[in-house]
Amino acid sequence: MKRLPIAALLLLLFSIPLFAGEYFVNLGSQILIAAVFAASLNLLVGYGGLTSLGHATFMGLSAYISAWLAVKMGLGHAATAPAALLLTTLIGVAFGWIALRATGLGFLMLTLALSQIVWGLGYRWVSVTNGDNGLSGLTRPQPFGWSLDVSSHFFWFSLLVSCVCIFLMARFVKSPFGASLRGTKDQARRMAALGFNVHAIRWFSFIVASFFAAVAGLLYVYFHKYIHPSVMSVTVSAEALLCVIAGGAGTIAGPLVGAILVVVLKTYASAYIERWNMMLGLVFLFIVVFMPAGLVPGVAHWTRRLRGDKS
Amino acid sequence: MTTPALELRDLQKSFGGVAVTQGVSLTIQPGERRLIIGPNGAGKTTLFNQIAGEIMPDSGTISVFGQDLTHQPVQARAHAGVSRTYQVITLFAKDTLAHNVALAMLGVNRQRFQIFKAFRSDDALYERALQILSSLGLSDKAHLQAGEISYGEQRRVEIAVAMSQSPRLLLLDEPLAGLSQDERAMVRDLIAGLPRETAIVMIEHDMDVALAFAEQITVLHQGRVIVEGDRETVVNHPRTREIYLGT
Repeated sequence: MKRLPIAALLLLLFSIPLFAGEYFVNLGSQILIAAVFAASLNLLVGYGGLTSLGHATFMGLSAYISAWLAVKMGLGHAATAPAALLLTTLIGVAFGWIALRATGLGFLMLTLALSQIVWGLGYRWVSVTNGDNGLSGLTRPQPFGWSLDVSSHFFWFSLLVSCVCIFLMARFVKSPFGASLRGTKDQARRMAALGFNVHAIRWFSFIVASFFAAVAGLLYVYFHKYIHPSVMSVTVSAEALLCVIAGGAGTIAGPLVGAILVVVLKTYASAYIERWNMMLGLVFLFIVVFMPAGLVPGVAHWTRRLRGDKS
Repeated sequence: MTTPALELRDLQKSFGGVAVTQGVSLTIQPGERRLIIGPNGAGKTTLFNQIAGEIMPDSGTISVFGQDLTHQPVQARAHAGVSRTYQVITLFAKDTLAHNVALAMLGVNRQRFQIFKAFRSDDALYERALQILSSLGLSDKAHLQAGEISYGEQRRVEIAVAMSQSPRLLLLDEPLAGLSQDERAMVRDLIAGLPRETAIVMIEHDMDVALAFAEQITVLHQGRVIVEGDRETVVNHPRTREIYLGT
């Protein structure tokens, strides 16, 4: 059964703060945030065949809305978090409607264009966003009086939130609705003939993906206690896409593995090599050449081969 | 007077300056077996795509069992009881045959809105899919991917996918295209064994199979209905020979 390894993995993750130093615990939190974000993008890219280059918009919007409500409106976390999730998801409704005028390259360009508008607003709408200075002076929430300012506490909080999110997303893709989403990726024409509303399926999935990206955005702003427009840049969207593709699009574990790879490389390589982006590029190149389906399906494929199973 | 399974009234469609469908009217009764023949470019597939909703006619109406579907989207056809197959195999190649059939049934089942409960092999739809596949002699292949089975088997699954929705009107677009003699016989038997209450409209080039199948035949030429009637009438009609057989 698959349950046992998952339980063992969760136990291992849970125990990390007990033996690892603060630096690694914080690195772990960042990986968890990236994993939720990449998993939400995977709903579109991996299961829907809809490659978005603007997914950071939703992470950024949720972070900004929560920060703005706290800093400028003086609201507490109990109000800012649901408001950020709700408003971001509503923007997802609108952006999905616009971007899904097209599929394929057209969809990619529309998501890019919309995200560039939001990113530009982040920089230019100084009265709201503080522009290039970003919004600072934020706090982490204290659920049930439990301070998240302790790095191990924050890690456990992120672990809980990301496990819930990934569980929900895994259920989503395995549900009848998820099966229909995969169907629209492979044979959109046939799906319509079979009675499925292809556009509605894609739109709803886009909205779900923007909701989970908004959750990642909340974790992001809690972790950094600061928000800057660069979080909505195309680089962040592209990095998430890299997590998904490198890890294995259309698999549950893929974006999680991809998030580990990208965050670790980014953190370590940037400490030793100035041009760490080049390093990331080389790793990506290696994956594309030897494991075109991504690390998770790729490793599974190579282990089967090494065991002598030819199929 | 029963409500016709399919009624086309004065259907018109042009692509640019080319009139592909020119005033086609057609009435198909419930349970009828209708063959549409015509030379290449006669507008058969365009007519099919209008019935299926993939192309909107410029004018005219399409109704299925009395329900006007002319301006309804493609998916509304399935819910009105219309299923179709494609001339080019349009299966979910990376999924199992059972999943292909179960997904088809999901299309006309409320369960398709379910986003939390897993859609698994112990689902009632899967069990039904396995029954359908075994009735076609494909039970031992039910867990293979649709891309792995032979072309002849894919043709049969293509029909199984459409039939699993229990349609009242089935549109078969060249179901025998590219098949060997043996495979043709198998698909022919499959079509002959379809439930009598399902009205079937078929486009086919293979005259032997097609003529055996059809009770009523419509000959299409340059977007118009030229001859219509039962098998003998149409086959012996001088215009049929002139247009279709080229003599």
